[in-house]
Amino acid sequence: MSQSVEKKKKASFFQKVRTNYRYQQLLFVYICLILPILFYLGIRILPTLFTFNVGFRDWNLLSSGPHPLVGLDNYIALFKDEVFIKSIVNTLIYIVVGVIGQLAFGMIVALLLHRINKFVGFFRVIYFIPYVTSIVAISWVFQWILMKNGIINDILINLGLPPQPFLNSPDQAIYVIIGAMIWQAIGFQMVLFLAGLENIPQMLYEAADIDGATPWQKFWKVTVPLLNPTIVFSAVIGTINFIQVSFTQVINMSMDGSGGPLHSTITVVVYIYQLAFRQFDLGLASAATVILFLFILGLTLFQMKVLTRKFDY
Amino acid sequence: MKLRKIITYVLLILGSGVMLFPFIWMISTSLKPPMEIFTLDIIPENLTLDNYKKVFEESLFLKWFINSIIVAIITTISVLFFDTLVGYIIAKFNFIGRGALFLLILSTLMVPTEMLIIPWYMMSSDLGWTDSYWGILFPGLMTGFGVFLMKQYMEQIPDDLLNAARIDGMNEFAIFFKVAMPQVWPAMSALGIFTFLSNWNAFLWPLIVIESPDLRTLPVGLSFFSSGEAESQWHLIMTGATISVIPLIIVFIFLQRHIIKGITLTGMK
Amino acid sequence: MFKRWHVLLLSVLFITVLAACSGDNDNGNSSNGDSDVVTIKYWQYEFASKVDLMDELIKEFEEANPGIKVEQTTFPYDNYNEQVAAQVPAGKGPDVINLFYGWVPSYVDAGYLQPLPQEDFPHDEIEAEFFPLVQATKMDGEYWTIPTAVRTAALFYNKDLFEEAGLDPNSPPETWEELADYAVKLTKKDGDRLEQSGMAWEPAQQGHHWLRDGLTYQAGGEVLSEDRKTVVWGDSDAGLEAFKYWLSFPTELGTSEVGFYTDDVTAFMTGKAAMNVDGSFRLGTLQRDAENLNYAVAPMPGKDGIQSTNASFWTNGITKDVEGEKLEASIKFLKFLTSQDVMERWLDATGELPAKEEVAMQDKYVNDELYGPFINSLPFANAHFFVDETKERELVIDAANKVLLEGMDVEEAFNELVEKTQALYDEYWGDK
Repeated sequence: MSQSVEKKKKASFFQKVRTNYRYQQLLFVYICLILPILFYLGIRILPTLFTFNVGFRDWNLLSSGPHPLVGLDNYIALFKDEVFIKSIVNTLIYIVVGVIGQLAFGMIVALLLHRINKFVGFFRVIYFIPYVTSIVAISWVFQWILMKNGIINDILINLGLPPQPFLNSPDQAIYVIIGAMIWQAIGFQMVLFLAGLENIPQMLYEAADIDGATPWQKFWKVTVPLLNPTIVFSAVIGTINFIQVSFTQVINMSMDGSGGPLHSTITVVVYIYQLAFRQFDLGLASAATVILFLFILGLTLFQMKVLTRKFDY
Repeated sequence: MKLRKIITYVLLILGSGVMLFPFIWMISTSLKPPMEIFTLDIIPENLTLDNYKKVFEESLFLKWFINSIIVAIITTISVLFFDTLVGYIIAKFNFIGRGALFLLILSTLMVPTEMLIIPWYMMSSDLGWTDSYWGILFPGLMTGFGVFLMKQYMEQIPDDLLNAARIDGMNEFAIFFKVAMPQVWPAMSALGIFTFLSNWNAFLWPLIVIESPDLRTLPVGLSFFSSGEAESQWHLIMTGATISVIPLIIVFIFLQRHIIKGITLTGMK
Repeated sequence: MFKRWHVLLLSVLFITVLAACSGDNDNGNSSNGDSDVVTIKYWQYEFASKVDLMDELIKEFEEANPGIKVEQTTFPYDNYNEQVAAQVPAGKGPDVINLFYGWVPSYVDAGYLQPLPQEDFPHDEIEAEFFPLVQATKMDGEYWTIPTAVRTAALFYNKDLFEEAGLDPNSPPETWEELADYAVKLTKKDGDRLEQSGMAWEPAQQGHHWLRDGLTYQAGGEVLSEDRKTVVWGDSDAGLEAFKYWLSFPTELGTSEVGFYTDDVTAFMTGKAAMNVDGSFRLGTLQRDAENLNYAVAPMPGKDGIQSTNASFWTNGITKDVEGEKLEASIKFLKFLTSQDVMERWLDATGELPAKEEVAMQDKYVNDELYGPFINSLPFANAHFFVDETKERELVIDAANKVLLEGMDVEEAFNELVEKTQALYDEYWGDK
């Protein structure tokens, strides 16, 4: 701060008293923030508060009112609801397996690419392609190739393996969907990790070589700690992405289009959507939204704390 | 050393196969006549373009495609402008309510947009925004994620750089555009792709807010191919999927240098 | 450098202008609506042949009624309900709406519809002219909706595959035993892998209807009590017997698989499934998309001489807030949609059967090779009263999946199904 005060003095020296920097800056700040503040308040915050309010009401979407307050009834009903609990557990699985998988595969591909010097651009393009495709379209393609009589099972049979039910199995479906999400996200993570790898000074590896470190040691002691900012960034992006994207993917890939079979692939967002638009119970859906809000809040805080602390060096 | 290289290439090629296979199968299915879609040949026995003809003749596919592009481009430009600006201001200025504003914007990340549809629709209908481009795109004009991302990058810009510009007599708008923005251009291109794709993929809100067939976006239009009691016309679905995926891939291949560089160059220019 | 932010700034301006424009446009539209032409909004789901026919019908209706304009809007079936749901809180939506009959109870319960005015649609007339199954949407002593057409389900079978298996394509199965026997004969397997399914079997499609309204009644049982409050499905052995028979196709008989070639319709159309239970509305699609398929239709196989099948229908109602001129126009439109002429054209265009007995039972239809079996099934067709169609279907799907995927005991799964269905009814009636 003292620095800028000094600068300010210098400036007023040049421009006399006419321009007050502080004043000009604040004017800039508030002018620029008018539209964004209006937007966030009007289009994001107010609707959110509306949702929070509805969470305490008995609100049938098809009825135009009245919508009486019912206190915590919706919340109690949700915690007694097996499907809701299942959807929370599933969401955790999606995030943990999905994000770790994304990071791991993204990093593996980046490390492989980092080791070669020909065709790097070519491979980068190929691995990035799934990221720029339409989720709805590609979900259908996956459904198509993974069906019981589809091409993947045919390949399995030709390899002498038993055909798999994939999306039609309550044990496999969720991991198949996660696999599709990872498949789509590898490219993005790969590019981030490549950037991180390029920023690691070659010097450090040479120093490690002198100390006689094995490749494995170099990976854990040099690469991973120095990639830490990238990992945190990727994890945060990945998590946010998973919560949003999982909706479209689950709706379009699951057998019954709503998180089946037997709710094995349902996520909180999908369930919220079903409560609101299939069962018209906006009250329950809103209460579930509040719970999801707290859930993500906790998760984000946890991630920022744990991931930034782990590799302090 | 040599062996290691070869193994690396083999692994990368195998991986490429996994990455590309769904697309290949999708294109192959789209070229098969309806009665043969279940054959397992990669190269169709009776190659046909009928499916494409049918999709273009029986639907407003081209129109939907253009709609999607318009919506995605406008929201992307808006997000790039506003999110960068807000990120810059939060990162580089001290003003009353800064922390509160940042928290407020961050909190919007934690509410699924599926739940905002009802209030958004009420709002749109009061203001006459339904069934218009503006109606589709207004919720996406700014994003909490973009502000968060840009703030992180803006913080890395040295204060001295900005102050030097102030001493040179630049006004604050010019500093933002000419000094700050070029420093974060790479991050902006990453945000740009991110935003473009999420709007390109947006499904539920456009579906709700649009009534006229010629305003539908691509994902909404596509969903009309497979719906409830009408049987799933897989030959047409795969054709629609191909048409919606391939142009984007081609554009990406042309722009890939810029796009990938954008994400890659996290550092200074 | 300059160029970059210049472009951005211009774009932002462009967005603002666009916003302003779109606002103006809409204001313009709403002020137009106040002139002497009454515009009513009609919604239906996206089903190509119905949408095309409706466009034609609307044109004729508008010519005959110069003061009325009808706007048709369609949405995909899967997203139909959410479209309605989003518009209610905003006080918007259609004036005349086409709903699946199973959705009507929850719409009525929420106060979304108004009862059909008795002076225009007298109850004795409806009851005399229409098939009794339209009473599925009669609640609290009022008719809330009226259909143009109804559909029954019957057995579709592939004649070529019959011949290939050495079965007579002119004598389709008529009893449970025959159906099972035929299904086994029509199934082809490569080891464990099903290559051709003797009987397409998809609980999510028509399968759950077949179980409820077909098999259960054929076994001598019933799903719901007279007052529609108690689920009596499990009261006699018939319900369980039907459930067991239904499940025997994918289990003991090994003739069927869920998701076989994506779904039953696709499998049947591409000749991968030899038989399928489906509705009359499929005739249109088969004609359009599978010209070369050599198939026929037979009434649903029965048991011990008892025949029964499922009926369902899409039906038209008027929403709550429609009044005055609009209400009059809507009533006129509904009367037009339920006229004999429209019903006959509806059958030709969509394969759905006339909802009025007199229109349906004409010789030209009864003796039709394809429509005949559906029409002849009408007298013994049931339309289950749903309090929540989505959930009730889901419960049947879940019950099947628990047996098929988790190995649950059939009887246990059935009892759970009955219990959970009863809970839905208790919840529905508990509010009253």
